[in-house]
Amino acid sequence: MTKANIREQEAYSAFLEDFRPKRATLRNIVVAFFVGGLICTVGQGVLTYIMTRGIPLKQAYVLTSSIMVFAGAFLTGLGVYDKIGSFAGMGAALPITGFANSVVSPAMEFKREGFVLGVGAKMFQVAGPVIVYASLSATVVSILKLYVF
Amino acid sequence: MAYVKAFVVGGLLCAIAQAAMDLTKANPAIIMVSAVSAGAILSGLGLYAPLVEFAGAGATIPLPGFGHTLVTGMLEDAAQWGLFGILTGGFKAVSAGLLSAVLFGYLMAVLFNPKG
Repeated sequence: MTKANIREQEAYSAFLEDFRPKRATLRNIVVAFFVGGLICTVGQGVLTYIMTRGIPLKQAYVLTSSIMVFAGAFLTGLGVYDKIGSFAGMGAALPITGFANSVVSPAMEFKREGFVLGVGAKMFQVAGPVIVYASLSATVVSILKLYVF
Repeated sequence: MAYVKAFVVGGLLCAIAQAAMDLTKANPAIIMVSAVSAGAILSGLGLYAPLVEFAGAGATIPLPGFGHTLVTGMLEDAAQWGLFGILTGGFKAVSAGLLSAVLFGYLMAVLFNPKG
């Protein structure tokens, strides 16, 4: 191989190195968009169906969340949701079905350590921090809203 | 049309979370915590309710919707009971989601075993 060739090759691989992570990021974002969007569309379908049964909007939203949590938990049990998760990243983790997944996954995993210290203790390993910080930030926001603004 | 709005807004929220994760290289749990807090803050700024109005499940199914529901519930009870309402209203509003996660989560963990 000539020197020029080697230099060209090095330049090209440097160019690729520069490009690869960005391409991967773009792919991740696009997939997250489509999978997350699809899960929300299913949620919208559930919401629409519930409302045709004469349930008022507020209760319909609550019931929809509940049904989506069930679906996420069930699909995790079947081993399907983790596959969607590794494919779609935040597209699967951010919807409430992903919240359910984050509860069921460690609970199943740690079942061998018993139902109290395993399932009971580990099921909120990821969902716990979410609830803690949601509660804290919501409280601060509400107090500010009540007394400051 | 409601489906298209739910798809686009829900998808965008997930895409933003994914971009934040890829760019900061943060742990998914940190992104989830940030998303739920962002939802609470946007709710306080009065921006999340219009998003729910517009996109329906596209705004309530992603985690920021959880923060929004907490704030809405707190402020609803606070309108009647003041500071005490913040203590009672939040979890009342998210009770169905939380209890479902505990009940169905436990049930599935008992019924199924990890694959692979």
